Amino acid sequence: MTTPALEIDNVSVSYGEVAALTGCTLSLAPGQVTGLIGMNGSGKSTLFKSIMGVVAPQMGTIRVDGADAAKARRAQRVSYVPQSEDVDWDFPLSVWDVVMMGRYGLMGPMRRPSRADRAAVEEALERVELADLAGRQIGQLSGGQRKRAFVARGIAQGASLMLLDEPFAGVDKRSERTIIALLRDLAADGRTVLVSTHDLHALPSLADEAILLLRRVLYQGDVAGALEPENLTRAFGLALGGGAA
Amino acid sequence: MSVIDIIVEPLQYDFMVRALIVTVMAAVVCALLSCWLVLVGWSLMGDAVSHAVLPGVVLAYVIGAPFALGALGFGVLAVVLIGVLRGTSRIKEDAAIGIVFTTLFALGLVLVSVIPSQTDLSHILFGNILGVSTSDLWQIGILALVALAVLLFKSRDFTLFAFDPVHAHGIGLNPKRLGWLLLGLLAVVCVVALQVVGVILVVALLIIPGATAYLLTDKFTHMLWIAPLMSSVTAVIGIYLSYWFDASSGGLVVVTQGVAFALVYVFSPRHGLLRTWRQAGRVRNNGAGQHSSNHE
Repeated sequence: MTTPALEIDNVSVSYGEVAALTGCTLSLAPGQVTGLIGMNGSGKSTLFKSIMGVVAPQMGTIRVDGADAAKARRAQRVSYVPQSEDVDWDFPLSVWDVVMMGRYGLMGPMRRPSRADRAAVEEALERVELADLAGRQIGQLSGGQRKRAFVARGIAQGASLMLLDEPFAGVDKRSERTIIALLRDLAADGRTVLVSTHDLHALPSLADEAILLLRRVLYQGDVAGALEPENLTRAFGLALGGGAA
Repeated sequence: MSVIDIIVEPLQYDFMVRALIVTVMAAVVCALLSCWLVLVGWSLMGDAVSHAVLPGVVLAYVIGAPFALGALGFGVLAVVLIGVLRGTSRIKEDAAIGIVFTTLFALGLVLVSVIPSQTDLSHILFGNILGVSTSDLWQIGILALVALAVLLFKSRDFTLFAFDPVHAHGIGLNPKRLGWLLLGLLAVVCVVALQVVGVILVVALLIIPGATAYLLTDKFTHMLWIAPLMSSVTAVIGIYLSYWFDASSGGLVVVTQGVAFALVYVFSPRHGLLRTWRQAGRVRNNGAGQHSSNHE
């Protein structure tokens, strides 16, 4: 059996008295897109923060490509596309600057870009079709373009595991399709993509696999199974109408 | 009297030359630091640390240690206390900042009043730019250079820290350590600027230049030269005004910066008030016809 791209074993995180994750266990095969489904407060963000090292779990282990997560992060294997509301879009940086930040872990202490760094940024921007907008201040991009800029940062970084937090929130349908095509394309390269989303309609075209999360994993398997009413009811409680939570 | 006389006459006094050198050094390092403070959202933290260093400076004076050391100690103490208060009670951050820095500042006032010294309280509070000695000049110069070197060396890491600390974690950096480094620099820079404008007004030099530059450009690298340029030019103008009108030098430095900010706030070609109004007007005029088609 191949080494899992991401292996989360019995991870528990609580903030004070509030349990965000309780014994969360899952495993992702490389080269797949996985949808992470759960309502607000189900622990999706906490799970991402644990993988990124922002939150230290009280219990359990996280491994990326068989290595300890901290080691994998230092080896530049993990990238992250933040939720829109977590980004200061007025920040005086261009698209180029943001994508270049993907290379910082590969540079010297002063983060001076080499020719290889510039080439990697250019290539990543072309991959997400933002090369023409490289000089734009990030806030001057559309919702979908903003997401692609952060995906480009992960590509430039050379990460093998890409985490995306609600990438379809505030993005129109056409941009959503563009982003989905891009993520499928990255998975075809052998990268592992984990996407948290409310958007159940997009799930079949987006993901190979789905995970239903409610502080622990309720379901992991094919997308059709995740969309079975009894599974969704368990994940979202009874307040289920039309797909979105 | 010609313009040249106005500029040259004060320069025949050594104390004025020293004053101008110290002013420019303080203005430049404060302005550089302010670019990050404004973007991280730490303006209030700048206010807190700059006031909280007072007891540290007084104690350092008493035991004959460098001012910077005392300031650093109390600057760090203030930040720790604020964090502890916020983390272990239901007090919110703005209240925690308010409680900690006023208490430490008041402690400084008490210490100054009971400790006999030649240093005048008003000099610490409001600056003493005309009383800069040659040894002061050296101490301030060395501190400014150290702060400048660290800021430039860590420039890109600080920007990453300000923009996306989660990504900083993700590539194996330690954002917490970067935050502490920035706060430590804040304490050191407070000492540099203390003699120019005094403890109370240091925070102006730590916010106004960065905020002004932020209204002028969308490129962070441009902020890093606009802010120091704006800050040093306005500070020098302030010092000259204080010479010719015989008024508070620290006060005039800050008033001049405030006026420059106000002008930029109104007239900035990028983010000025006038442009924002013009754009809003245009959207209103165009918007009437398109309104219905914008909705699905």
